[in-house]
Amino acid sequence: MTKYLMLLLSAVLVNNFVLNRFLGICPFLGVSKQLPTALGMSGAVIFVLTLGSAVTWAVQTYVLVPLHVDYLQTLVFILVIAAFVQFVELVLKKSAPTLHKSLGIFLPLITTNCAVLGVAVLNIKLNLGFWESVLFGFGGAAGFGLALVLFAGIREKLDRANPPRPFQGTALALVTAGLLSLAFMGFANLVK
Amino acid sequence: MTTDLLMPVLVLGAIGCLCGLLLAVAARFLHVFEDPRIEKVTGLLPGANCGGCGYAGCADYAKAIVEKNAPTNLCRPCRAAALLEISALMGVEAKTLEKMVALVLCNGGDVRSRRASMYNGLAECTSADMVSGSGKVCRYGCLGYGNCARICPVNAIRMMPDSNLALVDADRCISCGLCVKACPRKLIRMVPASHHVHILCSNRDRGILTRKACEVGCIACQKCVKACNGQGIHMEGNLAVADYTAPLSPDLVNVCPQKTINQRGTEAAPAAPGEGASA
Repeated sequence: MTKYLMLLLSAVLVNNFVLNRFLGICPFLGVSKQLPTALGMSGAVIFVLTLGSAVTWAVQTYVLVPLHVDYLQTLVFILVIAAFVQFVELVLKKSAPTLHKSLGIFLPLITTNCAVLGVAVLNIKLNLGFWESVLFGFGGAAGFGLALVLFAGIREKLDRANPPRPFQGTALALVTAGLLSLAFMGFANLVK
Repeated sequence: MTTDLLMPVLVLGAIGCLCGLLLAVAARFLHVFEDPRIEKVTGLLPGANCGGCGYAGCADYAKAIVEKNAPTNLCRPCRAAALLEISALMGVEAKTLEKMVALVLCNGGDVRSRRASMYNGLAECTSADMVSGSGKVCRYGCLGYGNCARICPVNAIRMMPDSNLALVDADRCISCGLCVKACPRKLIRMVPASHHVHILCSNRDRGILTRKACEVGCIACQKCVKACNGQGIHMEGNLAVADYTAPLSPDLVNVCPQKTINQRGTEAAPAAPGEGASA
């Protein structure tokens, strides 16, 4: 139990996907202008990363390793994740229209995100079991969501501020992201 | 050797085929029926997603038109041809609305309207309005921090450089009404695009107070009301207000002693020294 808790904590806080591994920077800057969009994106990322880890782990263990073609990892993972997300989207549209509406455009957007491939590859690299992989994927995505929501909150405040002209917009967003990353460095020794 | 070459091809091919098959089957069995007209109507709408119709964007309005028989003429930015096509598609009669444009009912920018103190807070109208109106003496006039210009989806509103006064470009305005809601002082009003003579003031104070605050404020002398025999202009307290039933006569511009009444649109906006020169 402690092991799983440690894994989760490490994925959310210590090795945060965005602020420590620098994966998924694109949506981090792109959809962090407003809190509601950031929440929608976080939801979609949690959804895709958790299911994506499960699927890719199964593909790696039952297909790629027995056939000695694990060097196809990157290619196959992208293919499988993309197809899987499309499938899930179809299912959602049919069975849970409200959920489909709230995740909306974000689902297809993140299929080819580096965070998704990152978690799949990391699962293999860290030699995690099935449930560990799923938990790691969920934790990583939750960390991503946490960072995104915090960042969106800060940016909403900054929008109302009056920074010097050279700092306005993206410049200030990047500085803020750097400071947020520094703040998360404080968790470095939380989990050994 | 051959297996080394064949294996990745086979594996990748098999996985690809499986995924494709899965998606094909899913698309067949999980298909959700959508009225094809919704997509067509969405295509005909302007796609500005301004929300002026009262629905959450163009796609939502299209859905309402098709499924809930919403009126087809709620979309102000919609071109007349598109409106006809949508109405024909739905089998209803097309009722056009006169084009409305936003108008800022204030002409007292920083040159003509005094500020009594400096405001150093957030450069944003709502905040400035809360802090005793950003030091502006007129309690009704344009604050000049551009909330309306920022919210405009088509950049039809700009802040004039010298006076910090919001000016609406009537040709670009799509009548969505977002600026009307954004202005904390409720200065913006939707007026028919065919009217060109406007009373550009919202100050309801007595004339003597208005005169102290602004060079071009309405002082309630009622000369305009008398000049048009009460047709089209009425007094609301100490303020002359046009009711926009019929266009006002351009002669009223010379009747107003305060130069509050202005002609716009048909020719260049009145260029007083130092203000609005770029308009």
